[in-house]
Amino acid sequence: MEKSRIVMDRQGLDRTLKRIAYEILEKNQGVEGLAFVGIRTRGVFLAQRIRDKIGQTEKIEIPIGILDITLYRDDLKSAQSRPVLGKTDIPFSIDGQKVVLFDDVLFTGRTIRAAMDALIDFGRPKMIQLAVLIDRGHRELPITADFVGKSLPSSLWEAVSVHLTEKDGIDEVIIEKNE
Amino acid sequence: MNILLQGGRVIDPSSGRDRIQNLLISGGKIRARSADLKPTKGPAGRKRNDDLYVIDVSGKIVVPGLIDMHTHLREPGHEYKETIASGSQAAAAGGFTSIACMPNTNPVNDNRSVTEFIIKKAAAAGIVNVYPIAAISLKSEGITLSDYWDLKEGGAVGFSDDGRPVMNAALMRRALEYASSLNMPVISHCEDTNLSAGGTMHEGFVSAETGLVGIPGIAEDVMVSRDILLAEFTGAHIHIAHVSTAGAVRLIREAKSRGVHVTAETAPHYFTLTDEAVRTFNTFAKVYPPLRGEADRAAVREGLADGTIDAIASDHAPHARTDKEVEFDYAATGIVGLETSLGLSLSLVQDGVLTLPKLIEKMAINPARILGIRKGTLADGADADITVIDQNREWVVDPRNFRSRGKNTPFKDWLLKGKAVLTIVGGEIRYQDL
Amino acid sequence: MKLHRKDILGIKELSVDEINLILETADSFVEVSTREIKKVPTLRGKTIITLFYEPSTRTRTSFEIAAKRLSADTISISSSTSSVVKGETLIDTAKNLESMNPDLIVIRHSAAGAPHMIAGVLNEPVINAGDGAHEHPTQALLDMMTIRSIKGKLAGLKVAIVGDISHSRVARSNIYGLTKMGASVHLAGPATMIPYGIENMGVVVHTQIEEAIRDADVVMALRIQTEREKQCIFPSLREYARHFSLNRRNIGSAAKDVLIMHPGPVNRGIEISPDLAESANSVILQQVTNGVAVRMALLYLLAGGNA
Repeated sequence: MEKSRIVMDRQGLDRTLKRIAYEILEKNQGVEGLAFVGIRTRGVFLAQRIRDKIGQTEKIEIPIGILDITLYRDDLKSAQSRPVLGKTDIPFSIDGQKVVLFDDVLFTGRTIRAAMDALIDFGRPKMIQLAVLIDRGHRELPITADFVGKSLPSSLWEAVSVHLTEKDGIDEVIIEKNE
Repeated sequence: MNILLQGGRVIDPSSGRDRIQNLLISGGKIRARSADLKPTKGPAGRKRNDDLYVIDVSGKIVVPGLIDMHTHLREPGHEYKETIASGSQAAAAGGFTSIACMPNTNPVNDNRSVTEFIIKKAAAAGIVNVYPIAAISLKSEGITLSDYWDLKEGGAVGFSDDGRPVMNAALMRRALEYASSLNMPVISHCEDTNLSAGGTMHEGFVSAETGLVGIPGIAEDVMVSRDILLAEFTGAHIHIAHVSTAGAVRLIREAKSRGVHVTAETAPHYFTLTDEAVRTFNTFAKVYPPLRGEADRAAVREGLADGTIDAIASDHAPHARTDKEVEFDYAATGIVGLETSLGLSLSLVQDGVLTLPKLIEKMAINPARILGIRKGTLADGADADITVIDQNREWVVDPRNFRSRGKNTPFKDWLLKGKAVLTIVGGEIRYQDL
Repeated sequence: MKLHRKDILGIKELSVDEINLILETADSFVEVSTREIKKVPTLRGKTIITLFYEPSTRTRTSFEIAAKRLSADTISISSSTSSVVKGETLIDTAKNLESMNPDLIVIRHSAAGAPHMIAGVLNEPVINAGDGAHEHPTQALLDMMTIRSIKGKLAGLKVAIVGDISHSRVARSNIYGLTKMGASVHLAGPATMIPYGIENMGVVVHTQIEEAIRDADVVMALRIQTEREKQCIFPSLREYARHFSLNRRNIGSAAKDVLIMHPGPVNRGIEISPDLAESANSVILQQVTNGVAVRMALLYLLAGGNA
């Protein structure tokens, strides 16, 4: 068996994001009171792409914030060295907003837990929703995504990687075997 | 007990002797007929029927017992740092048969009773000969001269306010005049305390970088200059202690060429280390005068080579752990030296700075001459103070093995080549590591 | 990129990469202090001891705020006297503190090298908050962060440091840091305040303030310890101020957008004229703000974890 295989290509990814965009609009009945927060780094690009897709049909521009969850991680104690800290930038009040969190892969749920803790430090959103491109299972916390691009049952020996043009020069999702 | 040192290379600069020869010790004295004895085969230390203890020292160097003319024994007053007995043990282990001790004890050795106390304690310890150096001034305060005649009668061999430089030039003049009438040296710790105020290390690039307050070389130079002028004026004998700067070496060289009665000593750390040793804030490298720059170190070696510097003295300054495990600024100053002095000094021979006989002059003959003590010779009938050196023995400095109570050495873990393997004082073996 | 060290004792030992990592991490921390809830849980359960043998309000406060914003518990120990006076060695003090299981120790001491001695015997990270006239690494880092955030770079800038270089740990740490990062550093002060051999640290020394300031992108004035007057290193404050105070007149030869910096507290009218200290070129308060971010970054990079 080959070492890695593509489970979603450029067109597939674009179609998926389009669908998520519609689902977000549908669930929230428009863009009123909606705010996006992308989790560094690929969650930010996903949030931007979906905002742009919604922008093609809706007049109002949805505000986007950037969240670095490093300071809220629960595995800092065991990390070999401090992870490099990125900037957090949420240039709007999230009080009373319907915040949609974006991340590329939903796995154990610990990142989302950290992100929710961080968000709550910024204010009291009316609601937090979660959008992910890939849900690969293996949850360790009671967390479910509201919007899922693709459910991808994977073994723990596999690595799911999302590549986005903005960072990786290509749009694709691949599964790799961990040796 | 009679001892026969068999087969060693006997170096006695006092007579110019340097040859493989047996040496006989009898009744605490060196006997001339030793030269006539044929080397006998047999295990070392074997007792012959005439009560002769034969020790095979072939391949080793037999020299007049080394003399360290500048040590601090801390007793009375600071016995937690060192005692006369522990310092004597350290001396013997370092190859020294005689040591002179500085008066900065508590009380200061500024009166006959302290001098006699030291001599009594040293005799009781019975390890090496201890010669007290008495204070120039009462309590070494630099105000009133101490009783020089009385101190001399008590056994003092010189005068010094070591550690408390004499800032008052008039007092120094009187000290020189008075001591010269007794034919005794004044040993000067040359430091202008205004120029050195607040300093904890040499003033140079390392102090610039570390922000430690520097003691400039000129703090030493101006005082050496003053003391030379005073010695010249009074005609007295000034001995400059622990020379550390290029300037001091130059001034002493010039003064000697003018015929001034000046002698000088340096300590092994000044020709071995520089201020770089302080960069890591190692308090064991904190010493006064401070470890200087590379040019000074080179000048001190030059001064040793050309005879400007007469003697090597350890300035053995033992301290307790608690005196050194503190901030560099507050740490006590000084380095223990009795047990590393010879090993470090032998590197001068290895480096070609001194010949072995010249080194022995600086570590035995000249100190005896400067202090006016009848030591430093292997002549017939002389006191049997003998040091046997193994020039090739490599050893690692491990302060835990020091006999001294002080473990404060910056030379920990240094690999040294050459050490004393036998120390005989007055015909008695006081240290043996053959 | 990681910090390959247990302690931050000085800038001298840091590599350019390490300085960049610290500055970038500090940049990310700026935002935390602007939140309504200025606290992140990163160092929850960690204990940080600040051990100050020398009075300092602002450095200590800055460290404490940094620690608290990271949710660490802070214990402040002030000691106006050295351990020597109390009959305890510095190493005894350090080992006593270690027995209380702190996770990081911040130390300020009037004696150069004291933090190094403590760091040498402790397993926990130690941050030097200023030792004698030796180093003040967090100050230099916050200074570099401030310059970089405004000028966008450090390399190629001309930075003048004016005042009592001899007694300044701020000067030394900044010299190490700025020269490493490619800035050209010029010093100015009376000859009695310039240590011998300082040129070997890669700086240009001037005895006239005007020469140092000319075309400078940054001018950093150092605090004059007024008690130094007694040690004869300068005749009088008045004379010092007349020749080495930054003012409207002499700053005119510097770059138009020159940054005026001072590690504080400012002796107004002595190191800097009051109007200049409050001018648009002055970034003295930004330095203080960035100080918290730099210290958060260092606490984050050093404390906790099993690394």
